[in-house]
Amino acid sequence: MKKSFATLLALTMVLTLCLTGCGGGGGKRVVNVCGWGENIDEDLIRQFEEETGIHVNYQTAESNETMYSLIKQGGADYDVIVPSDYMIAQMISEGLLEKLDYSNIPNFDLIDSQYKNLSYDPQNEYTVPYTWGTLGIIYNSTMVDEEITSWSALFDPKYAGQVGMIGNPRDAVGAALLYLGYSVNTTSEDEIRQAYQLIADAKANGIYQGFFMDQLYDKMEAGETAICAYYAGDFLSMHDNNPDLRYVVPDEGSNWFVDAMCVLAGAEHKAEAEEWINFICRTESCLANMDFIWYASPNQEALASYPAYYEKNNGEALDPALYQIMAAPADVLERCEVYQNLPAGTLALYSELWVELGIE
Amino acid sequence: MRNKRALFAVPYVGWMALFVLAPIVMVVIYAFSAASGGFTLDNFARMGTYAVVFARSFKLALIATAVCLLVGYPVAYMISREGPRFQRIAMMLVMLPMWMNFLLRTYSWMSILENTGLLNRFFSAVGLIGLVNRLCGTDLAYFPMINTQGAVVLGMVYNYLPFMILPIYSVIEKLDGSLLEAARDLGANSARVFLRVILPLSLPGVLSGVTMVFVPSVSTFAISKLLGGSNELLLGDLIEQQFLGTAYNPYLGSAIALVMMVIVVVCMAVMNRFGEGEEQAVML
Amino acid sequence: MKRHGRTLNRLLMALVFLFLYAPIFVLIVFSFNDSSSRTVWQGFTLRWYVELVQDRQIMSALSATLLVSLLSTVIATAAGTMAAVGFFSMKKRWRRPLLTVNSIPMTNADIVTGVSLCLLFVAFFAGWETFAQSVNAAQGLIRLPTRLHMGFGTLLIAHITFNIPYVILNVLPKLRQMDKNLVDAAQDLGCTWMQAFWKVVLPEIKPGIVSGALIAFTMSVDDFVISYFTAGSATSTLAMVVYGMTKRRISPKINAISSLLFGTVLALLVIVNVREARQEKQMAQRRL
Repeated sequence: MKKSFATLLALTMVLTLCLTGCGGGGGKRVVNVCGWGENIDEDLIRQFEEETGIHVNYQTAESNETMYSLIKQGGADYDVIVPSDYMIAQMISEGLLEKLDYSNIPNFDLIDSQYKNLSYDPQNEYTVPYTWGTLGIIYNSTMVDEEITSWSALFDPKYAGQVGMIGNPRDAVGAALLYLGYSVNTTSEDEIRQAYQLIADAKANGIYQGFFMDQLYDKMEAGETAICAYYAGDFLSMHDNNPDLRYVVPDEGSNWFVDAMCVLAGAEHKAEAEEWINFICRTESCLANMDFIWYASPNQEALASYPAYYEKNNGEALDPALYQIMAAPADVLERCEVYQNLPAGTLALYSELWVELGIE
Repeated sequence: MRNKRALFAVPYVGWMALFVLAPIVMVVIYAFSAASGGFTLDNFARMGTYAVVFARSFKLALIATAVCLLVGYPVAYMISREGPRFQRIAMMLVMLPMWMNFLLRTYSWMSILENTGLLNRFFSAVGLIGLVNRLCGTDLAYFPMINTQGAVVLGMVYNYLPFMILPIYSVIEKLDGSLLEAARDLGANSARVFLRVILPLSLPGVLSGVTMVFVPSVSTFAISKLLGGSNELLLGDLIEQQFLGTAYNPYLGSAIALVMMVIVVVCMAVMNRFGEGEEQAVML
Repeated sequence: MKRHGRTLNRLLMALVFLFLYAPIFVLIVFSFNDSSSRTVWQGFTLRWYVELVQDRQIMSALSATLLVSLLSTVIATAAGTMAAVGFFSMKKRWRRPLLTVNSIPMTNADIVTGVSLCLLFVAFFAGWETFAQSVNAAQGLIRLPTRLHMGFGTLLIAHITFNIPYVILNVLPKLRQMDKNLVDAAQDLGCTWMQAFWKVVLPEIKPGIVSGALIAFTMSVDDFVISYFTAGSATSTLAMVVYGMTKRRISPKINAISSLLFGTVLALLVIVNVREARQEKQMAQRRL
C-alpha cells in the first residue's frame, strides 16, 4: 500500500508537470465566456483563438438562475455571459452588467432590428442578441398516441410517470400560467399561486418523473421520457438523434425568448470580450453556430441563407417544417410573449414557491 | 524544552482559526442577517416550512446508515476472519472505488436503474416483468426504480458503504486474539463470544462508521439530484439551491446549514456518550 | 459444517463486492461503446480515448485535479506532521480543545465546510476591494488588484484545510507509540533536537505520515462538494466537470478518463501486491 502510494505520487507529479507544461505560457490575452450547455459550435472557439490569439475559457451554466447565483455569490469571473431576456433585465436593474462600446462591435449592424431595443434593454446599451427561439412541448410520437397541442399534456394524469417537467421556475410556472390562460408576465400573486398549485398537484399525482434541464437531451432521445417542455433549438438537436420526437408550440401560446451576450460589470477583459462578441455576430459564425446548435440567429442574413447553407453542407434540403421550428414564423410568434423582468416581490414569490415545490 | 516544541503547532492553530473557525462564524453571522443587512431572526422563522425536508433527509440518512451497518458489519467481520493476504486485498478492493469519481459511479446507477436502463432490459429479457404482470395482474412495461426514494437510499448506501466497513474492520482486526481464546476457554460458544466480547469491543468502530455514513448522507445533494430526479429536496439540495442554485439566498441557506450542523453535532455528542469518546478510529 | 459457513461467507462478500463494482464495470464497458448511448451497446471502439486527449476541458480539469491534490497533500503532510508534533508536546488542557477544532472539518458535512469557506472568501474579497481601493487612491507607486476571485488559490486552501486533520490523526498515534527515551538518548549522544527529530522521530512516525498522506490524497481526488463551492468559475476539477456533465449528458470521454485513472491505480496496487507477496515467499523460504 505504502510503496504503491510513493509510486503513485511520483507518477502524478510527472503527469502534472507534463499537463501544466503543455498548457503553460502566461501573459496571453484571455476572455472568459459563459454559455449554456451544447450552445456553441466549438470550432468557432478554435477559429477565434487562431485569428486573434486570444485564449477563450469557455464555461457553461445550467440555467439563468444558477448563473445569477454564481455571479451574486462572487464566484464568477466571467467576461461574457449569455443570459435570457428576463434575467438580463434583472441584472441590469441590479447593476451587474457593463455598458458596451458598440464602436468595437461593428457587426452589431448585421442584427435584425426586430431584436434590438427590446423591453429588457430598451436603449440597447448592454446587449447583443445571440439566439432566439420558442419554448414548446417536445414529445415522443411512439410513446404518445395523440397529437399534443396544449400545455394540458404537462398536467394530464393520463401521462403519469412519463413527463419530464422543466427544471427552472420561470419556464415551469410560465407553462402553467399559459395553460390557465394568464399572462406569463403576471404579477398577480393569486394567479401565480394557482399556477404553482397546478404543478404541485401534478407532481403529487405522480405525473412527473422529475424536474430536469439539459438531462432531457439524454432522456428524450433514449425514450426514457415521453413528454417534456423545452426549447425549439434543443428539440432540433434531439430530433437529429431520434426522429420520432415532435415539437409543438401549444395553442395557448408560449414564450419566445432572446438570449443575448452581455459583459459583466467590472469585467477584466472588456476589450477581448467585445472582440469575441463581434466575432460571434459575423454571418459566417452565425451560420456555423446555427448548423451546430439549431438555435435561430438574430443575424438577418444568416437566418435567411441558412437553408441554402444546410443544403450545401449536408447534400440534402432542409426540411421546411424543421426550419419553421427553428425560426418560428410570424403567426406563431404572435401567440407568444417575451418574459419581462418581474418586480422584486414577484421574483421572491417565484423562488419561494419553487423551493416549496421541492418540499412537498 | 517540551513546551517550546508545542510552538510547532502555532502556525496550524492560526490556520484553524482562519479557515475552520472563522468560516463557521461567517455562517452564524449570515444566518442572523437580513439581505438588506442588519440583525434578524426571519431566516429561522421560515424554518418551519422546511421541517418536512429535515424529516425526509434524516429519515433517508438513517435508513441508509442502518443498511450500511447491517451489510458493512458482517462484511468487515468476515474479512477480519480471513488470512492476512485475503484481508489486504479485500481492504484494497473496498477502498478502490473511491478512485473513480463518485458522481460518475452514481451516474452509472442511473444507466442501470432507468425505465429503459440495463436492469429493466435484463428483467424483460428474462421474462421477469411478464411473469410479475401475470402473477399480479399488473400491466407494467418496466419496474419503476429511478427517481424514487429507494434509488436515493441505494445511492447513499453504495457511496458510503466503504466508510462503514473500513473503521469497523480496523477495530475488529486489532482485537486481541487471546481475549477471544480466553472467552472460549471459559466456555462461551461462538455466538456468545461475538455478542459479549467482539461486539462491545468493536463499538468505537461502529460509532465512527455510523458518523462517517450518516453525515454525508444527510447532507448530500448530488445523489438526490441524479437518482431522485429532484422530486424531493433533501437538506443538501435545499442549501445548494440557496447558494449556487435556483433560489439565491445565502442568508436562508446559512440558517438551514446552521440548524443542520447543530442537530448533527447534538446527535453525535449523544452517540459518543455510549462510546469511548476522545479519539475515534482512524481509517486504515 | 465449518467449511459450509466459510463458503457462505465468501459468497456474501462476493455479492457485496459485486454491488460495489457493478457500476464501475458498466462505466468501463461503455467507455468502449461505439455510440454515446449509456445503455445500448453498439460495438467496440477506442475513439473516446483518442478524442479525450484533444478535449481541452477534460485535460485542464485533469491537470487541475492532480495539481491541487498533489500540492495540498504535500503541504498538508508537512504542516500536519509539524502540528502533530506540536500537539503531542502540549499539555492536555490545551491539546483537547485544539483536537476538537481539528476534527471539525472531518465530522462536519462537506456542504457546510464548502459553504462556510465560500462565505469567508467572499467576505474577504469584499474587504480587500475597499482596502485596495484606498491604498491605490492614497499613493501611485503600487497598484493593488482590486478584484479578487475564487479560483485555484481558494481551492487549494480548502483542500489543505480538510486534508491536515487526516494527517494529524494518523501521525499522533505513532508519536504516542514512540519510545520517549529514544529522543533523550539521541540528545545525550550529542544530537541537537532538530537532528534527533530528523534521525530518530521521523523514521519512527513515517508509517503514520505515509498513511495520512495517502488518505489526504485520496480525499482530495475524490472530493467534489467542497471544491464545487470554493473553486469559482475559472477552475474546474474533474469532479466538477463530471457534475456539469451529469446535468446534460455524460460524454463517454469522461468514462474513458476515469477508466484510465482507475486502471492505473488498480495496476499499481496489483504490481505492489504481487511483489510484496513474492518477497514474503522468499523470506519464508529463506527461513526454511
